Amino acid sequence: MTTTTTTRTTPTAPVGALPGPLPLGLTRAGYELRLFFRERDAVVFVFAYPVIMLAIFAAVFGQDGATVTTQGGAEIPFAQYFLPGMVATGIMLSSFQSLAISIAVERDEGGLKRLRGTPLPATAYFAGKVGQVLGVSLLQNAVLLVVAASAFGVTLPTTATAWATFVWVFVLGTACGSVCGVAFSSVPRSGRSASAVVTPIVLVLQFISGVFFPFDQLPSWMQGLASVFPLRWLVEGMSAVFVPTGSGASGQHGTTALVLGAWLAAGLVVGVRTFRWRRRDDG
Amino acid sequence: MTTHPSTPAIEVTGLRKRYGDKRAVDGLDLQVDRGEIVAILGPNGAGKTTTVEILEGYRRRDDGVVRVLGDDPATAGRAWRSRIGVVLQGTDDLAEASVGELVRHFARFFPSPRDADEVIDAVGLREKVRTRARQLSGGQRRRLDVALGIVGRPELLFLDEPTTGFDPQARRSFWDLVESLRSDGTTILLTTHYLEEAERLADRVVVVAGGTVVAQGPPDQLGGRTARRAVVRWDEDGRTHEVRTDAPTHVVAGLAARLDEIPGLQVLRPTLEDVYLGLLQDAHVPATERQEAVR
Repeated sequence: MTTTTTTRTTPTAPVGALPGPLPLGLTRAGYELRLFFRERDAVVFVFAYPVIMLAIFAAVFGQDGATVTTQGGAEIPFAQYFLPGMVATGIMLSSFQSLAISIAVERDEGGLKRLRGTPLPATAYFAGKVGQVLGVSLLQNAVLLVVAASAFGVTLPTTATAWATFVWVFVLGTACGSVCGVAFSSVPRSGRSASAVVTPIVLVLQFISGVFFPFDQLPSWMQGLASVFPLRWLVEGMSAVFVPTGSGASGQHGTTALVLGAWLAAGLVVGVRTFRWRRRDDG
Repeated sequence: MTTHPSTPAIEVTGLRKRYGDKRAVDGLDLQVDRGEIVAILGPNGAGKTTTVEILEGYRRRDDGVVRVLGDDPATAGRAWRSRIGVVLQGTDDLAEASVGELVRHFARFFPSPRDADEVIDAVGLREKVRTRARQLSGGQRRRLDVALGIVGRPELLFLDEPTTGFDPQARRSFWDLVESLRSDGTTILLTTHYLEEAERLADRVVVVAGGTVVAQGPPDQLGGRTARRAVVRWDEDGRTHEVRTDAPTHVVAGLAARLDEIPGLQVLRPTLEDVYLGLLQDAHVPATERQEAVR
């Protein structure tokens, strides 16, 4: 062990160029998507949840062709009335719940720290998360709409205006949920507690935001509370798309955009300030 | 970004880091040359992990000069990160991805990665290439950690307690892997609790206690001549006598002349462990922590 080190060869310095953030982001997105669908919890409680809930509620309340009378006086199948809430819930689960839990777990298990020790840029890491959320969310919505239309007789909108509304509410809602999910991932104290902390919040929001019960039948204080959070406005926006004869929801588009935008901005500020690659107890 | 190969891989002068009132690192100096394997030994709380994590760029220092591959880890960018490899301790991620997927995925982060299959072969996980990380044994997971640490072809590799929890056979095959990295010219900074490991792998051992270096040298010269004095032990007048000496032959010859046959004669050379524990004692490390420092 007394050998000198002078005779050893030095490894050649890297000759290739560093991979760009965009291709790395795509690589990460593909990798994250593949792993998402291997996590049974995520597939059931994030991906399949809205479809399962739509099927249960439509089967229970829509028995024998029961319909709902909208405020505009139109008769629509129960599933059609219920669909906007499920679309909104799906967006919230795929973005907020999925990221808040998975990033908390990654941080706790040391996966984030490991990535920080490689030349993977932070932008590529987050681009990968965005790609994963978009992929899951788009597929989830496609399944939801196909099931609603084929199994529960829901008439999907045909106007370009309605689909344009769907697109901007979907994009803004997903962005808002993702950013808030990243920010919220610092709240759970451990990876193991992450789903216990995140899931009830999402569930309570569903109950007070008009996902399960008609929003205008909720006590006014509950309506007021729900109106502070994004989910109620996601439901509102999606109602305007799928229940066109509804409560004149299109008049609320300004508020929807404003509330989602405000949460997006707040989530960004908080997320950038609080994001950590290491556990809290790790110095 | 490229530094002259003759500059040291790691240069640390007067490093200090404080957590509240505690001085975790307190004026530490360290130099690691290119191609060298250096083992850092020290009891828990000696400042090993803090020091290594400052070198890896995870933590900020309070004071001192730090150069790793010629750059300051606190400000170095992606190009620098592509030249180092980090094997952390205590990570438990990666669960649902397979060995092959992980190594190939991490390889894509680097400009000139090693061939993923060669790396998997080198760490002895060829049969496990399709196995998900969750299903690997502790030793196999550790070898996967090493695979992910070396796939970027690092010039400098940090190994933080790489063989904790290994059985003796797994440890020996891991040492062979490190030897092969040595012959590739990789510089390695290793922290370990196993003195046998340091003795086998390291060109130089650095003993850290109380946030500073208390001794360093090749494993067979650590502590200098005084710490390495032989002990001559024999029985006389119903009790055991002991003499520390640089000239044991001379002592034994004297005893033989006096006693003819020497009862209970022993000539002992201190092991690395004896030397190490003696150094910790000199550094005023409490006995309980000294016991924990040797596993």
